[in-house]
Amino acid sequence: MQQSNAYIITFSVILTVVLGLLLSGTSQVLGPLQKEAEALDKKKQILGAVISAEEIGSMKAEEINAFYNSHIATVVVDIEGNEVTEQGGTPVTAESVDIGKNYKKPVEERLFPVFIFHEEGNAEAVQSYIFPVYGAGLWDAIWGFVALDTDMNTIGGVTFAHAGETPGLGARITESGVQQRFVGKEIFNEQGELVAVSMQKGEGKDYTGEPHKVDGMSGATITANGVNDMLSNYLGHYKAFIDSKKSSTTLAVVN
Amino acid sequence: MSTETVEKAIEKKPAEALLSKRRKRLISDPLVDDNPITIQVLGICSALAVTTQMKPTLVMAISVIFVMVMSNLVISLMRNTIPSRVRIIVQLAVVASLVTLVNEVLKAFAFDMYKELSVFVGLIITNCIVMGRLEAFALGNKPYDSVLDGFGSALGYSWIILTVAFFRELWGSGSVFGVPVFDYVSSIFGPDFKLATNGLMVSPVGAFVILGLIIWVQRTKTGYVEH
Repeated sequence: MQQSNAYIITFSVILTVVLGLLLSGTSQVLGPLQKEAEALDKKKQILGAVISAEEIGSMKAEEINAFYNSHIATVVVDIEGNEVTEQGGTPVTAESVDIGKNYKKPVEERLFPVFIFHEEGNAEAVQSYIFPVYGAGLWDAIWGFVALDTDMNTIGGVTFAHAGETPGLGARITESGVQQRFVGKEIFNEQGELVAVSMQKGEGKDYTGEPHKVDGMSGATITANGVNDMLSNYLGHYKAFIDSKKSSTTLAVVN
Repeated sequence: MSTETVEKAIEKKPAEALLSKRRKRLISDPLVDDNPITIQVLGICSALAVTTQMKPTLVMAISVIFVMVMSNLVISLMRNTIPSRVRIIVQLAVVASLVTLVNEVLKAFAFDMYKELSVFVGLIITNCIVMGRLEAFALGNKPYDSVLDGFGSALGYSWIILTVAFFRELWGSGSVFGVPVFDYVSSIFGPDFKLATNGLMVSPVGAFVILGLIIWVQRTKTGYVEH
């Protein structure tokens, strides 16, 4: 009796329903908490481009939210560098823009949020501009945030994250040691062309004198290429905004 | 009528002690003599992957203990109703659901751990130790015994990966649970003295080396020989 097809099918259906209810129930209950954790994580990543990982690690969740609110102003621009405040009737905020979803749209239709890091409570005193970047690694998506100093040329810091790069190889882009290699590099060459920066093949060489080259990651060249493409693509997308800031560095600030 | 039943009543065996000798063996056997990693050589994948640092390893160990105990319990409770032709997929469904639960909880309460571990937590589903115990033990034994068996095997797995992680973090990063031990030790001997860390330990190769050493030491002590 127990082996009859009817029994097996009934058993499977009941099991599926029970497990399905259990999982969707948990997901419902934990959903808001997870959203909060994700939002906090995004703020940590954004701040990670301008302050050190240890500093962030020592802050509690409320402190990070407070620090973020008092130090970060945002603006959303399109490919031409024009500010976008609403789309299809709904207001647009930098936090609400999903870079990953925008990545799938044609470049002209994408929204590009900019996070402006300024002195505490004073949005006029800009210290750096933080640009989100997004691309493909070896296995899955990679993304990050690049902070440019107010000269719109020197990289003040980067954070990278990934969905599924190989631990110990491509996943090393999340290590602060790797991210430190980008600090102080420049994205424009002497002729004023945007060349971005690129990780080189191989690891352990000294690129101190070369402003556009970054020491690579051994065994993770494809991830490094992904990082390079991501940087040059997105800095290209932001070029109009960057140029507008460059020509008016003394005027500063878009609110 | 009533007299008959009294005569026929089988003398009930005294209930087995909550932690009888046999039951203790269920827990203690997988720790050394029948360790899932070092003797059965199961679950190597995650043992290599998560053990660069103590903290994620501990989270992984706790997750595995939870999944193994719960899945053994659930499967054992259902053991008489599970149709044998679909038993593997039933086990998988139960294990996968539990693992998803763990993942969701981590995502809500320990997002940093979730980011670091979610790939490996997902892989608990295919961890041979879990399926192996379900198939070999929980399907044929009572719930309480199965829980003990699952707990024992998970502990056997946990102490090995924690030991591997201890040495890998100590030698590879010079710290234990993020505490920079090497820096403290170096400072005792003055400013010129510095303990070097070994990059090999941070890569998966380091785990192979440590694991090999543990197996060597263990087999020398227990005299275990593979047949």
